[in-house]
Amino acid sequence: MHIYIMKRLLQAIPVIFLVTVLTFSLVHLVPGDPALMRAGEDATAEQVEAIREAMGLNEPIYKQYTKWVSGIMRGDMGYSLQDGRPVFSTLIQRLPATMKLVMASFIVSIGIGVPVGILSAVKQNTFADSFARVFALLGISMPNFWMGLMLMLIFSYSLRMLPASGSGTLAHLIMPAIALGMPGAGIITRLTRSSMLEVMKQDYIRTARAKGLRRQLVIYKHALKNAMLPVVTVIGVQLGSRLGGSVIVESIFAYPGIGRFAYTRLLARDYPMIMGNLFIFAMIFILINLITDILYGFLEPRIRYD
Amino acid sequence: MSSSNLQSPIPEPPVMPAEVTIQRSTSFRDDALRRFKKNPTAIFGLVIVILFLLLAIFGRQLTPFDPFAQNIRNAHQAPGGEHLLGTDFFGRDVLSRIIYGARISLFVGVSVVTIQAAIGVVVGLVAGYYGGKIEAVMMRLVDAFIAFPGIILAMAIMAVRGQGIENVIFALSFAGWPTFARLVRSEVISLKEREYVQAARGLGFHDAKIMFKHILPNCLATIIVYATMGIANPIIAEAGLSFLGLGATSEQATWGFQMSLERQYMRTAWWGVTFPGLAVMIVVLGFNLLGDGLRDVLDPRMKE
Repeated sequence: MHIYIMKRLLQAIPVIFLVTVLTFSLVHLVPGDPALMRAGEDATAEQVEAIREAMGLNEPIYKQYTKWVSGIMRGDMGYSLQDGRPVFSTLIQRLPATMKLVMASFIVSIGIGVPVGILSAVKQNTFADSFARVFALLGISMPNFWMGLMLMLIFSYSLRMLPASGSGTLAHLIMPAIALGMPGAGIITRLTRSSMLEVMKQDYIRTARAKGLRRQLVIYKHALKNAMLPVVTVIGVQLGSRLGGSVIVESIFAYPGIGRFAYTRLLARDYPMIMGNLFIFAMIFILINLITDILYGFLEPRIRYD
Repeated sequence: MSSSNLQSPIPEPPVMPAEVTIQRSTSFRDDALRRFKKNPTAIFGLVIVILFLLLAIFGRQLTPFDPFAQNIRNAHQAPGGEHLLGTDFFGRDVLSRIIYGARISLFVGVSVVTIQAAIGVVVGLVAGYYGGKIEAVMMRLVDAFIAFPGIILAMAIMAVRGQGIENVIFALSFAGWPTFARLVRSEVISLKEREYVQAARGLGFHDAKIMFKHILPNCLATIIVYATMGIANPIIAEAGLSFLGLGATSEQATWGFQMSLERQYMRTAWWGVTFPGLAVMIVVLGFNLLGDGLRDVLDPRMKE
């Protein structure tokens, strides 16, 4: 197990290195002039030059990169082009609100996906199963921002039950969490269903039934435990799209998290902020996946020998 | 769990293995087609996809009104009257604009998936076939790409390159190819130890020929299934980018763009955002259903 954990940790190092390279080259190597984009179309040549100077774009590219990376190692991601505030602390400040939203969205996904998936598997090929599968498919097919707007239309404007924007109370969290969590609920429903069906075909389930254990007990105690394994990994995998989705969903509901902030700074072409944001999101993703991988190693010992 | 043994009675006495092969006259293609036809949800998906493809191809001839003709006096007409799905803030027919937008949406979906698949196939083939250091380097790069939320990567590229559908296609292709690479690689790893690959190697074929002529055709089913389902992602992503003002321009009025315009009037004119979003959902549903059906038909191993 220690070897497995060490291996996973060591694997993360080159990935993190490549993440810094990608983040950096995205802004500096992708065709298009960041200074020009930042300055806007009616800027004079001097203004563009001043921005280029401020962004350090006149230095050789490798120097800019090493400067940026050595900064990161000290927890310094540079300063905003817009308001001059330090990138790292500005972003970190807004992270808890987003993590709260992402967590709530996972509660929605798992809270809906797992029970519906079990029901679907246990009552395979019945009306309940068909209903669950249609539900899952609709969840997957719905764009999260459209779902958010529809929720707002119904629950804020028509029924006046929930606040359309802002944050602070639980009521503020409900609609963004549903909008962000529904596609995942669809995916988890399908995954739970298929892995339950798979597990229920196994010999040990038949043995448990054969020795006279009640069907209910076998399903919930023996089958479910093993069927949940893929769900653990999918949480890690989905985290990325949740952080991405937070940008749109937070913008719709004026929720003050890192996603909406990232969006406003993207529009303002605040490049140090954009780079810092990309880097932090990628690091969160790598970290959470490392944790789920290691967790998976504990839950499923066979995986360690891969 | 109670599988009965009372299946259809065997009509003839057991036949000899030699005869079995003669009797088996349906080809894989016929068999797949037969299974596809028996799958109502897949057919439903196919119908949706064909419908939207027709809208995309003949869109300009089918729009009841000019999708760009403004008439402020006609602004925000409710659905149901002369304008079936109502009009937007500029008095433009919502249905016409949705039909017009189908072309761009589908074009983005298909071209992004094609580019992603092309890159993913090359990377996945090379990584899976050679293994070792080459594989390690390539897959770490894939890991690094996947660490970024795709939509944010795409947004950052759009911020650097500016609005426009060409840039959307570039940004989404750039952000999405690694999933294909992972998929192809895992297929290649399971295929490369097969006898026919070893035979090809023994005959002295060079690696490129083995990869593209012998291994790739056998991954094709999986790639087609994944690509069909994968078309949904860029369609949703394009709508999202355009909704945020980081995608299409006003001349390329897409569904997402239309939603971003109408969002501020949502309280008084609900149809402005509702119908374009519904169009996104229906077309995505179509590709998901079709993809599911193709998976059941082409690749029974991947069956749910």
